[in-house]
Amino acid sequence: MSDVKYISGKEPHPKERRMIFKNVDREGWDQSIETYEKDGGYEVLKKAMKMAPGDITTEVKTGGLRGRGGAGFPTGVKWGFLPPNNTKPVYLICNADESEPGTFKDRYIIHQDPHQLIEGMIISCFAVGAKLAYIYIREEFPEGAQILEAAIEEARAKNYLGDNVLGSDFDLEIYVHRGAGAYICGEETGLIESLEGKRPYPRIKPPYFPAAMGLYLCPTIVNNVETLCHVGHILRIGGEEWAKIGTPNNTGTRILCVSGDVQKPGYYEVEVGSLTMGELINDVCGGLKEGRELKAVIPGGSSAKVLRAGETFKVGRGDDAKEIDIWNIKMDFDTLAACGSMAGSGGVIVIDDSRSISWVLNNINAFYAHESCGQCTPCREGSLWMKKITDRLVGGTASPTDIDTLYDVAKNIDGRTICAFGEASAWPTESFIEKFKDELVADTNPELAGEKVNNEAQLAAAGLL
Amino acid sequence: MSFEVPAEVETKVDQRITHYPVSKRSAVLPVIHELQHHFGFISEEAVEWIAVKLELEPIKVLEVVTFYPGIRQSAPGKFHIRVCRTLSCAMAGSAELMDALCETANIDRSGTDHHHPIAVSPDGKFSIEFAECLASCGTGPVCLVNDDFHEAVPNAAELLAKYD
Amino acid sequence: MSEVKPDLIDVQINGEWHSFPKGTRMIEACKEVGVEVPHYCYHPKLTSPGNCRMCLVEMGMPPRPAPGSDPVEPDEDGHVPISWIPRPVIACANTIAPNMGIRTESEMTEECRKGVMELLLANHPLDCPICDQAGECSLQEFSVEHGKGESRFREQKVKKPKNVEIGPRIRLDDERCIMCSRCIRFMDEIADQPVLGFTDRGSHTTLTIHPGHELTSNYSLNTADLCPVGALTSNDFRFQMRVWFMKETKTIDVNCATGANITVFAREGKIYRVIPRQNNNVNSNWMPDSHRLNIHWINSEARLTDPLVRDEKSGNHRVATWNGAMQTSADALLKLDGSEIAVIGSARMTNEELLITNRLAKQLDAGHVDVVAREGEPDGYLISADRNPNSNGAKLILGLENPGSTIDQIREGIAQGRIKALVCLQENIIDDAGFSADELAKLDFFLTSYPLANATAEVADVVLPGACWAEKSGTMVNGTGRLQRLNKCIEGPGQTLEAWEIVRDLIQALGGGNGIYAATELFAQLAGEVPEFEGITFGQIGDLGLPLIETDERIPLLEREAERKAQGLIVG
Repeated sequence: MSDVKYISGKEPHPKERRMIFKNVDREGWDQSIETYEKDGGYEVLKKAMKMAPGDITTEVKTGGLRGRGGAGFPTGVKWGFLPPNNTKPVYLICNADESEPGTFKDRYIIHQDPHQLIEGMIISCFAVGAKLAYIYIREEFPEGAQILEAAIEEARAKNYLGDNVLGSDFDLEIYVHRGAGAYICGEETGLIESLEGKRPYPRIKPPYFPAAMGLYLCPTIVNNVETLCHVGHILRIGGEEWAKIGTPNNTGTRILCVSGDVQKPGYYEVEVGSLTMGELINDVCGGLKEGRELKAVIPGGSSAKVLRAGETFKVGRGDDAKEIDIWNIKMDFDTLAACGSMAGSGGVIVIDDSRSISWVLNNINAFYAHESCGQCTPCREGSLWMKKITDRLVGGTASPTDIDTLYDVAKNIDGRTICAFGEASAWPTESFIEKFKDELVADTNPELAGEKVNNEAQLAAAGLL
Repeated sequence: MSFEVPAEVETKVDQRITHYPVSKRSAVLPVIHELQHHFGFISEEAVEWIAVKLELEPIKVLEVVTFYPGIRQSAPGKFHIRVCRTLSCAMAGSAELMDALCETANIDRSGTDHHHPIAVSPDGKFSIEFAECLASCGTGPVCLVNDDFHEAVPNAAELLAKYD
Repeated sequence: MSEVKPDLIDVQINGEWHSFPKGTRMIEACKEVGVEVPHYCYHPKLTSPGNCRMCLVEMGMPPRPAPGSDPVEPDEDGHVPISWIPRPVIACANTIAPNMGIRTESEMTEECRKGVMELLLANHPLDCPICDQAGECSLQEFSVEHGKGESRFREQKVKKPKNVEIGPRIRLDDERCIMCSRCIRFMDEIADQPVLGFTDRGSHTTLTIHPGHELTSNYSLNTADLCPVGALTSNDFRFQMRVWFMKETKTIDVNCATGANITVFAREGKIYRVIPRQNNNVNSNWMPDSHRLNIHWINSEARLTDPLVRDEKSGNHRVATWNGAMQTSADALLKLDGSEIAVIGSARMTNEELLITNRLAKQLDAGHVDVVAREGEPDGYLISADRNPNSNGAKLILGLENPGSTIDQIREGIAQGRIKALVCLQENIIDDAGFSADELAKLDFFLTSYPLANATAEVADVVLPGACWAEKSGTMVNGTGRLQRLNKCIEGPGQTLEAWEIVRDLIQALGGGNGIYAATELFAQLAGEVPEFEGITFGQIGDLGLPLIETDERIPLLEREAERKAQGLIVG
């Protein structure tokens, strides 16, 4: 890749390994299919089309690719859930609803390298037998939607799409479907309902596992933008070779999106697990702001549980077991899970000691209260309740007991909802209280204990006082 | 009854519907987008029009229209601004950006609430609302003005000057 | 009883093992063994969105041994120890699996219920004292069992529309709504008028009728029954009576041949409300609004309360005693030959009444016996084309091949003077069978019994107050051939008698035998006299009836329900 030059000032950090983001900020690069082809684009598709579809899935499994959307579920295994002897149509949906706060990777793939995504999608569609695919892109990427539609037209003109792709008997159409501003559409069954023209209420699982009963109740694969791009790279270099990148069970590269209180926020593509938190913040991102100290890091999008500076974490098993501090956390799926949080979507939000924890939590709670779809009770009622409590916390009208109530409300959401939004909305509150209770309580007013904001007459009338 | 969809918009709508060979209902959002692009917002008449077009009960369209903040039910200004409110942008100063934009464009946001999130300037030129995470957290504060994306917005006046 | 035995699966519920057919939902399995799982959104006749989360339970499955390790040995009953899952599951939409464990009394389950209750009440207005649902509200009910007893919600509640007329018969209070979506699903899936939906989102989600639309469906009141809280209430019943003051009677609807099973709510002789009662072979869980609201005439001023006999001199009706009225009638009838007498009964009568009417006809040796037919458009749901509730009873007991087909002959006979006396029981033949007052004036003697004063009564020589459907007991055979029980809900006004009593007394006045003191005795005789009833006892019929004869009649709503059940969309 020595021939690849980047726009001055936007060069990758030496610790990066650019694969997915190879063409992001690349000098002389544009979104056209000619540019992409000149760089070897669509060659992998030609190779893949000569393979048996099942072999492609095997390669993806061999590569150990884990979904880049948030849950980190193995992609090949997900594809393997498609029912055998299926007679229904199979659909593939690219989840480009990038909306987990702190995450901004798909934006650049879509805007700067759309054909990489489309090639990855075509290969994946061929592998799973999908003849109709949609890219569900968030409404707030209007330009991105146009770019993707233009790229699809270019690909169709070259017969990478349409009837008899590259002279084979494989037909494929991809359409761009724009959302309208809803975080819940990132949840795959919510996305499917939205794509069906309904309110994006996530479906209960069982029975509605997308691989068996997805779009139009047919087998459906939903993969993240970055994940689908990786499929192309796995086929290009082979699953075995790809699996050597990163660390075992945490293979490949991953784009870490760093925002918040660092000198150089931005996107950094690294081999999974090749960096520790300290290296990421201090080396790659140029360290904290002048004179500031680290207070906390949210390591995988705003729903990931917060990590506190000064905390110690137990990682590794058996002889490898050890205690580490926040700086030494390896940024991979398994280590972050062992630390009680998650790699999630790769969005790392760094918080320094200038920030009020109450303010940060309130901002997050406002997001989840706004984005709760309202379908099921705990999240519908709980997310707004949590926001209202933290509104008072930052407004100075919360009492210390409110913090206990806040924690209970979060616990009453966690694990009890239809979809993972419940955890997403509860984990910030749970983890902030578990790790910063003193600071939160310090923002309360003990004199207000027992004070009711509500209409007492109503409660009294119902005998609830 | 004066609601009329121009032929060229309807052609686009019909084109969008072809993208959903299995179920026309899937075209609800794309059709909404086409109409909103043309009219600026989705009126009650637009809801009825979409329902007829897609052979749906109007409530099924209204359910969708009212769910998504990206679908407006009242007219925005000529230039509609959406400022990212979420954490990383807030840390980068999006609340301050909102205040500056409102002051510069002479917009009063005091009447906004959950049901009426959009405030419009008296001259109708600008309207503004907060949006949740626009997925450019590394370059906050960010905002959208109509379909234009602006990152690391340094100055409200400078930004608004681009729109006339 | 000769059904193929379904695969049975062993499931442990609260520590005890039970067997259930494969495919049983967890909530239904629990119900079957008497373990109630509280729920709001789940309804066996509707799809299961799993949105209320009230039915969360602790669940366990057989342990999955780690690769390479030995599988766990089953105990002597073939069960392996259950490995309990740390995350609760909803019992409504999940089906049972072999060796599954369900705990509905564990700490986890109780914590879940408490949590969901607290959240459901957070934005609820708690206006129970003025809420019409009080006494039959699931929120109240489960609050008592699973609530915290105090509210920790200190915030301003979400404001939503209140007291919205969403249709001619239904009113909506959105602040009470818990977004269970039962009403939306009912209107979408069963009533085919999908005008309800949710607008907005999150905690602001609001149940709405589309602007400019109305819930006009003739099944709209079922949404009020379905609503587990006081969000949807019936305009008709609203604020009329607290539910706990009323007496409930299980009976059947008599507005058409379907014979929907119903529960009647009454207090001190007044019926306040009728709601459908589940019978999967008749009306599922539903009934049409038009039928359930057809109750207000029962307490009207127009009710007949005393026997009336026409005064020879003045030509006006005067109040008579029952004995007097019967004697007058017998005297008039005994003057005539049987061929000059016609008896018109009613397919709204019970089987018992029809049997004794048949006896009367025999006693009189009446030349003509028929009932009045009542036809209408079937609605494609529950309303039958036959608007009589007991045409099949009339066929079986009166031996009528085609009930109502000889009414015209009777009319001609009267017009031509061949028929000189008419005994018309529980029918208003001027309004409902095309007779005219002039025609009936030709009769030497005309007796009618009916609950209400009407045009027919005006021209009759003897007018008898007959009890309406709610004031009597007996049995009927519905359109599909199902034998069902009609039960007395209230006393009839004044001197009202049940038609079978009227006929019994008339037979006695005519010199015939009697000795019958209860409708059930008549049923016993029916079982001896009419072959189709042979061997059936009154007690056997039960609350849900039993199939008696085969007919061609199908209930369209049930057919569609069976399809949805076969598709696995509903429990059924």
